[in-house]
This record gives sequence, C-alpha cells and structure tokens, in this order.
Amino acid sequence: MFRKRPDASLSTVPVTVEGIDIRVPEGVSAAAAILLAGLAGTRETPVSGAPRAPYCLMGVCFECLAEIDGRPNRQSCMVTVAPGMAIRRQHGKRAVAGE
Amino acid sequence: MTDEKIDFAVIGAGPAGMAAAAFAVELGLETMLIDEQDAPGGQIYRGVERAEDDSPLGDDYLAGRSLVDRLRAGAVDYRSATTVWHIDPDGTLSLLSAAGAETIRARRILVATGAIERPVPIPGWTLPGVMTAGAAQIMLKTGDLVPSGRAVLAGQGPLIWLVAAQLIRAGAPPAAILETAPHPNYHSAARLLPRLLWPARRVLWKGWSLIREVRRAGVPIRREVTGLRALGRDRVSRVVWDSGETDTDLLLLHEGVIPNTQISLALALEHRWDDAQLCWRPVTDTWGATSLQTVSIAGDGGGIAGAEAAALTGSLAALDAAAFLDRIDPAERDRRAAPLRAALDRELAIRPFLDRLYRPAPQILVPDDGIVVCRCEEVSVAQIRRAARLGAQGPNQAKAFTRCGMGPCQGRICGPVVSAVMADTLGRPIQEIGTYRPRAPYKPITLGALAGLGKA
Repeated sequence: MFRKRPDASLSTVPVTVEGIDIRVPEGVSAAAAILLAGLAGTRETPVSGAPRAPYCLMGVCFECLAEIDGRPNRQSCMVTVAPGMAIRRQHGKRAVAGE
Repeated sequence: MTDEKIDFAVIGAGPAGMAAAAFAVELGLETMLIDEQDAPGGQIYRGVERAEDDSPLGDDYLAGRSLVDRLRAGAVDYRSATTVWHIDPDGTLSLLSAAGAETIRARRILVATGAIERPVPIPGWTLPGVMTAGAAQIMLKTGDLVPSGRAVLAGQGPLIWLVAAQLIRAGAPPAAILETAPHPNYHSAARLLPRLLWPARRVLWKGWSLIREVRRAGVPIRREVTGLRALGRDRVSRVVWDSGETDTDLLLLHEGVIPNTQISLALALEHRWDDAQLCWRPVTDTWGATSLQTVSIAGDGGGIAGAEAAALTGSLAALDAAAFLDRIDPAERDRRAAPLRAALDRELAIRPFLDRLYRPAPQILVPDDGIVVCRCEEVSVAQIRRAARLGAQGPNQAKAFTRCGMGPCQGRICGPVVSAVMADTLGRPIQEIGTYRPRAPYKPITLGALAGLGKA
C-alpha cells in the first residue's frame, strides 16, 4: 500500500511484524510498519470480527489497535518504531490479565 | 503529588501551542507544554524538524521550523510523548508518559489540540485501505512514504489539492481525484469573490497554483462526484460513484477538518453548532477564554482557521494568560495584541469563501440508513434513528440504547454524525440535540499506571 519515495534518505530500523523481520524507515509509527509489511489490516473488531486498518493515523480513530512488545490495545499510530520492536495484529478484544 | 502550581500548561505542540508556550516564557510565565507525539509540530508540521530543504511537502510546511526553533530556544518545560488523560476544573492535569502517571497543577490551561478530519461515512468506509487524505500526508511526513499502487483522492477541500501536489512532487501521483463539491457551492462561494480578491489575494493565488500544478501533472479529475462507495472484500479494491468507477487499493477520503473538541467537551465547556463550518465549536471570547475561567482555547480547536491563524491565536492566549496572572496589565496586553489581531483578520478573510466552496453535501452529516456511523461498536444510521424514535433525546441516551460512542475512540469519530442523524430524525436543531459528554480517561490508561500515581 505504501513504499519509500524516490530520493528519500535510507535510515531504517529493524522490527518484527507478526514474527517476520522487516526494516522500516526511522521515525515511522508501528501502524505504518504493519502497512509496510504488506498486511491489509491491523485488527479484527471485537463486535463482528470485521477486518480493520488505520483510518486517520493520528490517534483519533483507534482502528490501529495492535499488540506492541507484548502489550495489546495500543494505538500503534502513536508508537514510533524502535529497534527490535515486536508488532502483532490484534484479534478481537484484548485478553485481560489472568484470563 | 505536589501542591505547587505552575503558571501555564499548554496542551498540544502544533502551531498554536508552540507559539503560546514560547511567548508565555518570554512574558515571564512558568510554562509547560504537553504533547502526545515524540516531536513538536502537531499534525500540520509533523516531522518538520527532520525535513529536508527540498521536501515535497513545500515551503508552507517548512515554515513550521521557525516555531519549533523558538520553542526549543525558550525555557519551556516541554513534555513530549505525554498524554493528558484528565483535567480537573481546579487546574489539576493528569498526565501519562513512559515514566508513569503523574499530576501537575496549573493556574491557567490552554487547550491547543487542533483539528481532526471530518468523518466521511460512505458505504465501505470501514474497509482496510480506506483512509483520510491526512493519513497519506502523515506517511509522507514521518517516513517519506508514498502510495505504492493506485491511490484515489475523494472528497473536497484545500487538503485534497495540497496532498495531490505533494504526492506528485514525491514521485507518486494519485491515480484520480474525485471532487465532491456540489454545484451550488460554486455559486454561493463566487458571490464572495469580488470583495476578497484583494485582501485574500495571497491564499487565493496559492490555491489556484496548487490546482494548476495538479492539472498539469495530468491526474484525471472528476467534479461534482456523488454516490461514492468503496467496494472490496477484506480490503478496498474498487471505488464507485454515480457516473463512474475505478480500481483502487488506497482510497483517501477528505471532507474538510473540524475542531477536536474531545477535551473541551469533557470539561463541559459551552459549545455551539457553527452552521457555516458544520461543526461544534467551544464558545470563546476574542482571547480564547471559555466558560471556565482556568481554561482557554487556541488554534483550530476553537474553530477552523489554519496554521498561521493558530500561531496568532496561541500568542493572543499567552498574552491573556499573562494578564490573567497579573504579570502584565490589561493595557499592555491590548497594546501588544493589536498587531496580532490585524494579522489574524487578514488570515480569517478567506474563511467564509472556503466554508461555502467546500461545504459538505448533506449525506456527509446524515448518511443513508445502512451505513456504519460508530465504527468502534459497528452501529448503523438506522440503529441511531431507531433509538431516537424509541425516546433517546440526544447522543448520550443513544449511547445507552445502542452502545454508539462506547468504543475506544469515545465518540471522536461518530459524534457529529450521531448528533446530525438524531436532529434529522427528531426534526429538531442540532444545537438542541447536543453532543456526547466524554469522560476521563481521555485516552486509555491501565490500572497499573493508575496505581502508580499514589507513589509519586
């Protein structure tokens, strides 16, 4: 869905998306990393299981909820990628601790 | 928790917040600037600190650097990557950052949280691959990323032309532009042109140049598009409208921007429905002061006026805070405000024209029955109408009937449409129907973080 523009600087950060290693541009969000990994969506809804992906990329729509470094329900568009970050899609609602 | 109060807490590091915070320290106020993003700039100047001089985003974007430089050079206590999750009318702010939760007390608070994109509830708008035009711009600003397939821009407003031009310069022209400005908009806007040609010449020329740049790049443009719908199974694959259709893997919607009223509504500040801009706005005086003495508002959060106007209203709010806190007397405040007000009048000149030219069609606020309004809880227009007919008088009751507004976004996306649909169903003005009343926490916070508060 997105690619690096021509003539852009090439500084990248290694992360994993759904367990797959990829390098993404420094300074992008975890939500962008999911899109760059080629995944269509970030999550399925808890109500009907409908596939969803980021809509606004600025922290308003909450469609980008994903599990980052083991913590679910995070707005992945509000988290900047860091080396080694583990990003996973979210299926339905998060598990409450102890379930 | 401390009993000490700082003078001035500014929420939001966009143009209004940056200008307000930098000016406030120059006026002698102990000032904190709180922002959720890692770096300053808000959305309009997002990523500007790392931008190159030849950025495809253009000179108006790069002009944001001067605000960032002024912020960095001043003695502002700048808290990046920090979320405000509650504000008490007595001036206590609850903050959350990687370091944990804490509270701060301020004598005066400025809410400068800017604007959000107006939701565009067309059939299929919840499909993966349907995003806002602003989202594509954020990809470009934060990572030099451009659409890799067939991106279609659909909607209306200056941002459509700006994003199209930026994508063209970045080597990824959109596959098509579907402009939705209804025909009557042209007539009603044109009536204002004669008296605006001189005062708003600069911005009119800029807009005209952008449209010309996009036309010259050969991007197919369709006008007066109606009946937009996004089709696809697990992601968008086609966009259809009343007189055409085309393949797309990225549909970028835009029907203007509206004030981000989440915090101002949570504070129960007085709001009014602005029928020219078709949005809710907090009621403020000319300094941005609200119905709550400790809180003022600056920038697009008080009404859409653009980045240059935001820096000016931010500076006016800083002056007002200084007078409120007896650091300067009202006469000095007014004297220093005069040139800012003159500049603000110049910036505001174009607004009525843009409001008319890009007025959304009625279906943007009152969509067809089958369309999902509340994306989080998957509540349709028909369900909202049914709740209204069953006795729900406003959005908060509709929430109890249908769960609309109970999802993670806390009504940020669905709010205006729910109010408009209920007004239409009940035959009452939107002002009477009212809005959601958001509650703290304004953003999700874990019990663990809350538990850590008492230890501070």
